[in-house]
Amino acid sequence: MTALLEVRGVSRFFGGLAAVMDVSFTVNKGEIVALIGPNGAGKTTLFNVINGFYKPSQGEIFFKGKRISGMKPHQICRLGIARTFQVVKPLQRMTVLDNVIASAFLRTKSRSEAEKKALEILKFTELYDDRDMISKGLPLGKRKRLEIARALATEPELLLLDESFAGLNPTELNKSIEIVKKIRESGITILIIEHHMKVIMSISDRIVVLNYGEKIAEGTPEEIANNPLVIEAYLGEAQDA
Amino acid sequence: MDSVALEVLLQTLISGLLLGGLYALIGIGMTLIMGVMKIINLAHGELMMVAMYMAYWLFVLFHIDPYVSVLIVAPLMFLFGMAIQKFLINPVLKVESILPENQVILTVGIGMVLANLATIFFTSDYRSTPVDYASDAWYLSDYWRGSPIELSLSVPWTVSFVMAVIITIALWFFLSKTDTGKSIRATAQDIDAALLMGVNVERMRLITFGLGAALVGAAGCLFIPIYYLYPALGGRFTLIAFVITILGGLGSTVGAIIGGLLLGIFESLTATYIGMGWAPVGRFAIFILALIFLPGGVASLLRRRRLGG
Amino acid sequence: MKRYAPYIVFALMAVLPFLGLSTYVMHILILMLMWSVIGMAWNLLGGYCGQVSFGHAAFFGVGAYTAGILYFKGGVSAWWGIPLSIPILVVEALIIGFICLRLRGPFFALATLAMGEVFRVTAENLRNFTQGTLGIMLKERTWVEKTWYYYIILGLSLFTFLVVRKVIQSRLGYYFVAIREDQDAAESLGINTTLYKTIALCLSAVLTGLAGAFYTNYMGYIDPEVVFALHDISIVTIMVVMVGGVATFWGPVVGAVIMVILAEFIRSLPRLGSAHQTLFGILLILIIIFLPNGIVGDFSKLKRIFGFGRRS
Repeated sequence: MTALLEVRGVSRFFGGLAAVMDVSFTVNKGEIVALIGPNGAGKTTLFNVINGFYKPSQGEIFFKGKRISGMKPHQICRLGIARTFQVVKPLQRMTVLDNVIASAFLRTKSRSEAEKKALEILKFTELYDDRDMISKGLPLGKRKRLEIARALATEPELLLLDESFAGLNPTELNKSIEIVKKIRESGITILIIEHHMKVIMSISDRIVVLNYGEKIAEGTPEEIANNPLVIEAYLGEAQDA
Repeated sequence: MDSVALEVLLQTLISGLLLGGLYALIGIGMTLIMGVMKIINLAHGELMMVAMYMAYWLFVLFHIDPYVSVLIVAPLMFLFGMAIQKFLINPVLKVESILPENQVILTVGIGMVLANLATIFFTSDYRSTPVDYASDAWYLSDYWRGSPIELSLSVPWTVSFVMAVIITIALWFFLSKTDTGKSIRATAQDIDAALLMGVNVERMRLITFGLGAALVGAAGCLFIPIYYLYPALGGRFTLIAFVITILGGLGSTVGAIIGGLLLGIFESLTATYIGMGWAPVGRFAIFILALIFLPGGVASLLRRRRLGG
Repeated sequence: MKRYAPYIVFALMAVLPFLGLSTYVMHILILMLMWSVIGMAWNLLGGYCGQVSFGHAAFFGVGAYTAGILYFKGGVSAWWGIPLSIPILVVEALIIGFICLRLRGPFFALATLAMGEVFRVTAENLRNFTQGTLGIMLKERTWVEKTWYYYIILGLSLFTFLVVRKVIQSRLGYYFVAIREDQDAAESLGINTTLYKTIALCLSAVLTGLAGAFYTNYMGYIDPEVVFALHDISIVTIMVVMVGGVATFWGPVVGAVIMVILAEFIRSLPRLGSAHQTLFGILLILIIIFLPNGIVGDFSKLKRIFGFGRRS
């Protein structure tokens, strides 16, 4: 197995406060890796660093052996990393189809090609029937799926999913889990931030745990579930709640 | 440097500083509104123009000194600002449209109406208020016989500057020590958090807009003894206020003060050494340099120092 | 059918001069067409790409002055200003874009406003080059009749309409709207937002500047107060688009027709003539509050209001 993504000693400070502190891990091709940790652990910040919104204050990030830290988000996306947002950011006044077409243009020449691809992806993510809806009017579950659809349209090799399951009802949740599994089967590697422990345990190959910006554990779901540090930092909190 | 050149330089710096103090007052009003409402008030200079006409007529009709009329004009402008906020800006905050800049365009419309109405009612003539101390000055040689250079301090400029400083201190006191002031600052920092803490955000917006208008109104009264008055002057001061806000860092009060002083000194230098007509270009040059090299304004420098990050 | 609508409309307009219209009516038509060019150009950047410029006078003025200076200093026909202003406008847009496009939303708007003023003040002060506030006067006009001016601006507006439509229906259009709706999302979807905002700005600047170069030829006189005017150019440009409809193909055209008629009407009123800015300002405020998407954009809303009124 070759490392698709390598995060090497990455820190990110905001005005002297460390949101992410010396974090290293790798994601191998074909894996689903989960990034977990209590609120404020620095997961979304880490996504923003990987995706290029923030430059790492220290450390480097490699994608397919190429250094990507310091690049702009659009360059990183072109190299093959796509992401979704925790707070969904649909292009509000565009239809669902146009949303996906806009990102399908990245790898297609003409409008008709982009549209064809967008329609395929909408079928894949089960949004085909809503294609003419203005995306602002979609319910949350579908908006979360639209985020995934849009990311897929850029033909990523690595997909960063930021809490794509949060706030979904059980039916929507199952649908989304199915879609994530289908995405992995199609050969796309996934790095996912998630709070829903059952989902995480069932779909991920490996788990990286952050707490207060630092990596406190890494391993298979079983190892993580039995790691006392993790239980204290994360699961303990979840059980209290 | 010979003594004449030194004299010119020092005199230029002094008048720049005095002008800067007044600019700071204008900038603070704009930055307050920007911080709390997240909108840019492009009618800011026009509000000052309205206040200046009030002070002018108070002087001409009732012989009220402009420095005294601050006490009348500022409260009136406070009410006027609240009315604008309540009846024009608030409704637009609720309107859904493609361009969120609607609110800014709205303030442009308000500014246009005010400037044009002033032209209709008062004609576009230049007016100045004939206060009898207009050309009084203090001279350095009167206090220090053997002074190698001669410097002067204009009486009205100095009084205006001192009053601007007093008003700024009063504002600082209001914002940091009173409950209302604290609520305004909370609203500026985080609307959602302020709402959760039970701050009446709508009311804070009203007060803030009123306060911004009152501050620029006070600045107008302070400008009256030293400046002439015409309806189109508003647009110029709106731009000045905006440049100060960018220079100082959006929404930062301390930044606005420093930005105002910097701009005043810089303009004064351009006027002396390059030419009067180029002072506005100097203003924009500093603005553009700030945009390129100091995107967060002076405030970002202050913050960096404090946090050491 | 919709595809051919512009050709039909512009073909009909091409017939108008044969009706023997008065010079005044022709003048009004020319102004409408000129403003629709500026409006469409602004709409490309402001309406579709979401970058609201308060300083389009900077482009209009530079176009106008390119024509004027070519005539005055270069001794050639001011019509050369139309082709030759294009590279100058591109360079200008690149400079303004480099400075302003790093700002977002209202801050971009105000930075462009400041840029517009920079250009005005510069034109006023570079006396050797621009004649300062004296302005530049063309000593001889190309035609006395208005007909040819009319056809030239008609051609320019058809060209502008087709360019805008072509752009908006292509990949560029999708990217522009994506940037307007959410810049961060657009960037993370692989859209080079800086590049595409710059493209939108350049296109918009060139089209606006061409209208400016036309203006010099048509009016025969320019000065900085007129062609770099904040209210009478930059703000009226925004009004043309806001009244007609932001991010619609026909909105700027409708807006230009209404604004020009309104301006002429108000100016003709004996007492209210000097109050035209007040009335414009009030109109602007009312539009923003009640028809935020303009006449074309809120057409269904208008139909509903008036349709309902008729029935009851």
